[in-house]
Amino acid sequence: MNNMLGKKRFVACFVLPALILFISFSMIPLFISGAYSLFQYDGMGEMKFIGLVNYIRLFAEDRHFVKAVLNSFLLVGASLLIQLPISLLLAMVLARGVKGEKFFRTVYFLPVVISSMVIGQLWMKMFNSEYGLLNHLIRALGASDFSYSWLSNPKTAFLSTLIPAVWQYIGYHMLIFYAGIKSISQDYYEAAQIDGASKWQVNTKITLPLLAPVIKTCVIFSITGSLRAFDLIYVMTGGGPNHASEVPATLMYNNLFRRGLYGYGSAQAFFIVVECLLFTFIVSKLFKKAEENASAI
Amino acid sequence: MKMKKKIKFLLLCLIALTQLFPLYWLFTFSLKSNGEIFGDNPIGLPQVWRWENYGNAFTQTNLIRYFLNSVFYSMATVAVAGILSAMAAYAIARMKWKLKSLVFGIFALGIMIPAQAALLPLFQVLDKTGLKGGYLGLLIPYIAGALPMSIMILIGFYKSIPIEIEEAACIDGCGIFRCFATIILPIIKPAIATASIFTFLGTWNELMLANTFVDSDRYRTLPVGIMSFAGQYSTDWGLIGAGMVIATLPTIVIYFILSNQIQDSLVAGAVKG
Repeated sequence: MNNMLGKKRFVACFVLPALILFISFSMIPLFISGAYSLFQYDGMGEMKFIGLVNYIRLFAEDRHFVKAVLNSFLLVGASLLIQLPISLLLAMVLARGVKGEKFFRTVYFLPVVISSMVIGQLWMKMFNSEYGLLNHLIRALGASDFSYSWLSNPKTAFLSTLIPAVWQYIGYHMLIFYAGIKSISQDYYEAAQIDGASKWQVNTKITLPLLAPVIKTCVIFSITGSLRAFDLIYVMTGGGPNHASEVPATLMYNNLFRRGLYGYGSAQAFFIVVECLLFTFIVSKLFKKAEENASAI
Repeated sequence: MKMKKKIKFLLLCLIALTQLFPLYWLFTFSLKSNGEIFGDNPIGLPQVWRWENYGNAFTQTNLIRYFLNSVFYSMATVAVAGILSAMAAYAIARMKWKLKSLVFGIFALGIMIPAQAALLPLFQVLDKTGLKGGYLGLLIPYIAGALPMSIMILIGFYKSIPIEIEEAACIDGCGIFRCFATIILPIIKPAIATASIFTFLGTWNELMLANTFVDSDRYRTLPVGIMSFAGQYSTDWGLIGAGMVIATLPTIVIYFILSNQIQDSLVAGAVKG
């Protein structure tokens, strides 16, 4: 048996199809992107090596990009401060067992399985200036001529895309938290009950510390998901009006496929990758202590 | 105490409502005339149920084509990525070879890499090889993209089943391929299902690659197709709504049939990631 599982030919037959496909259509393109980002290149003319100049230009000259990065940080903030706390709270309430636990879980999660294109189109219609539900509601409350176009005003365009972005994935994080809480051994809770711990103590001294690895996962997902956000914003505003709701991915997309700025756009693409890896690293470091404590309990 | 419980329950209901309401609204306006949507009945059930909105969506647009394309892309991706990742995961979890941890690392890294980072070079490669624009031009990137997560889910599962089962079977002298096909695959069926659901949802809903790599209507997927006719018929909300419901229905139906497995699948993806 051991002999058979070690034969090179078998290993090759099993691994190579997936590996070759993945390397040639995901990894190599990624590295080419990284290489392009060091060149001045428009796809047709000559490629001129310019080192890190594209990256410097991103921050020194491109105010749209700086704005896009700030927007993506706003999205990170909304996910961490609004989405995750709601998800965690829901998970804690549901995991303790309430009437209709399964119903609520199923309903909260429902938006996750729907395409962001549909979610985006749907919320565009919610925010529509004349016929949108939001303005209908405001008119019904008394402001009878109210007609404000949320998505075509630079002040509210990006904020309006934040709402569905936060809304859609509440159920996703809720479910990960929920699974995490359910996997905590009942013994802890029984012991706590015997010791007469209050609910607050149970939550803060048992559930939350033991949940640290799961919270870490959700925080990383939230951050990287927000930094690479594209679909919803592309559908709802396309980055407009006048670049007000741009995020790095939408700018990158325009630079690459509308303006043919292959080198510069690739620097934006690669910036997103570096950002995601960096934040993953930082969050993992920050959670290291908490995770150690969790495994020590 | 009882009061507190009631408030909690009410809050849960309220949030359930905010999660459901937009979908209810979508479904109802897909069955209304513009007169109702824009006029006196934006929120209620349709006064007249206009199923012809769906008829129009099918006859006036290429919705059927988009739908069949999406079915094809999703099914083919699920099938091919499923088999390839079951094999690769088996080799990584079970076989003994030198570069095992390197290969594992490559796939693990793949989960963290955003798709947009590889977009342009991928576009160029597909263009040069003549694959761009056809079915393969989208299918290949979809399969490649689905592999890392699928492999991680399957490795987790392989590690949880005892190796004795295979040993008992393989000792009888059946070759490794037969052993894999007749013994291993049936055992890991639940994990393949989990990974397949993950792959299916990702492929069915994918927008960016489909929008970039496909330029002819013939090969277009539902999300891109509907986005384009939403611009074209922007005032006909009933028609767009019908298209959006059609695009959503398969995932919702599958979700209600398999909601436990889907929830497990996405949690598995998160925990392995």
